[in-house]
Amino acid sequence: MNWIALRMLMGDRAKYFGLIFGVSFATLLMTQQVSIFMGILTRTASQVLDVRDAEIWVMDNKVRFIDEAPALPDTDLYRVRGVPGVQWAVRMYKGQVTARLADGNFRAVVLFGLDDSTLVGAPQEMVLGSLADLRRPDAVIIDKAGYEYMWPGQPHELGREFQLNDRRAVLVGICKARPPFTTLPILYTRYSSASGFVPRERNLMTYILAHPEAGLSDAEVCRRIEEQTGLMALTQRQFFWKTINYFLGSTGIPVNFGITIALGFIVGAAITGQTFYLFTLENLKQFGALKAMGVSNARLIGMILLQAVIVGLVGYGVGIGLTAAFFESTSGITHLAGLAMTPLAFGGVGAAVMLIIVITSLLSIRKVLVLEPAVVFRG
Amino acid sequence: MSLELDRSPAVVCRGVTKEFGSGDTKTVALSGVDLDVRYGETTLLVGPSGCGKTTLISIIAGLLYPTSGEISVLGQDLVRLRNGKLVNFRAQNIGFVFQQYNLLPALTAAENAAVPLVIAGEYRGRAVGAAKEILAEVGLEPRMNAYPTQLSGGQQQRVAIARALIHRPKLLVCDEPTAALDAHSGQTVMRLLKRVAVQPDRAVIIVTHDSRVYRFGDRIVSMSDGRIESVEEQVVDQEEAVAASG
Repeated sequence: MNWIALRMLMGDRAKYFGLIFGVSFATLLMTQQVSIFMGILTRTASQVLDVRDAEIWVMDNKVRFIDEAPALPDTDLYRVRGVPGVQWAVRMYKGQVTARLADGNFRAVVLFGLDDSTLVGAPQEMVLGSLADLRRPDAVIIDKAGYEYMWPGQPHELGREFQLNDRRAVLVGICKARPPFTTLPILYTRYSSASGFVPRERNLMTYILAHPEAGLSDAEVCRRIEEQTGLMALTQRQFFWKTINYFLGSTGIPVNFGITIALGFIVGAAITGQTFYLFTLENLKQFGALKAMGVSNARLIGMILLQAVIVGLVGYGVGIGLTAAFFESTSGITHLAGLAMTPLAFGGVGAAVMLIIVITSLLSIRKVLVLEPAVVFRG
Repeated sequence: MSLELDRSPAVVCRGVTKEFGSGDTKTVALSGVDLDVRYGETTLLVGPSGCGKTTLISIIAGLLYPTSGEISVLGQDLVRLRNGKLVNFRAQNIGFVFQQYNLLPALTAAENAAVPLVIAGEYRGRAVGAAKEILAEVGLEPRMNAYPTQLSGGQQQRVAIARALIHRPKLLVCDEPTAALDAHSGQTVMRLLKRVAVQPDRAVIIVTHDSRVYRFGDRIVSMSDGRIESVEEQVVDQEEAVAASG
């Protein structure tokens, strides 16, 4: 009976494509929006993830997210170093400054000042130049996307000079870095250089990066640091989620994306549900005839489920394909860097599509189950 | 012995009553119907619209349960057959010809005719092969691969007849088989039914209000207001009737 179910489904091409369109549209809309939503959220905390050589972030105990941290006095660094279980701790500056280019243009940039001796927090992958060159006077390294913002359309070239707080900065390297939420260029320099690039403040150290001694968990050392210093100490994962939760709770991002994702689900469910239900209604006489001729309810349910599953799978496949094509076509666009289809979106939307198909099938199955086979005798 | 068996009733209705609704909206569709339908005969159920023909044929075909009374079809008490058993009984023993043909538009003529065999679990290829043979028998050999929308009404009804007979049912139930056809096509379909459907081991029941096809019946059962008004045995020579109608 399966081939009969499939022929019934695909016999009317217009309706079949209408069903596929409904599911594909819902899949495309939901997958794309979920992926962009997750990409943007990840961007908010991307710089936390980029620091791969320190497990613990120490900061003022009122910090809510990575971009909003008051400077700490240098004495806090020594206090953290004095906590039992801390193998090492280094300072780090993170802030926003304005870069003035040689042609008079200017760009706001995110500046990281790394510990002079260890360069903890430095980028892991260089596109051009060497990390060691960061030790040269006034040296800065920029992320690849940032370079394209600062010097759009120009070939990658080291030795470029520009000004930060009226101080000369020399480009010695181009690196890969996760794009930040604000799509600003990211500059890395030594902590001592940063103190010259940043307008004078009493304190400069934004974060302390620490590493636990062997045998101690990150969480245990964080607890000790908080207990002894009164500062906030978070593992990388905790700080990542703290930042994301701030944006989830304090901005309109989740509401806006949530509405779009919900609309995608509702519109997709409505189109698919209505078309599939109408498809079943139009075939009700045929289902009635099959019922009269001796097809059991279980087999009819199987036929409807098969039709629904085929619609769901094909529609989902097409929708995922379209989403992948969208992200592929935008992968070269600098300000869309970091936005890609995520496994969670892939799986989550798959579950949502399955839900649409289940709801849709149940409506149709109910109609067929209550159908009296004697209906075939009513002209 | 076999002759005696063949002339025994295929369908026995005793005091069959069917009511729809309840209270003020209760409608009595059948009221104490007694009827025998014999093997090898064509029984016509005739009468005005609303007299209960369709309800009676639905009960005989196992599509409706009577409110009261006894109904035995091919020796089976249908009231006692429930759910799966009744569905299987229909699939194995009853062939249906509907007024509106009820062919599946997405299937070819051969595939439509093969459906009862597929329901019975036959492989698609074998079922379609058998369907092609029976379609040739009903004169549709050149149109086997045509879809219902590409066939005339008469041709669609011939496909429906092939579908009704392909699994060799013991009871053939036809609901107004000529109602949607012009006079000529209607006569053609009736001649075809007489030629291929009537068998010594099969009972044929045809619901009709088309008096032009009365001549094809061995017995004419007239109904009115949910009751059987008369049963008329026709002793005409069927071959003659068929020839005369053509």
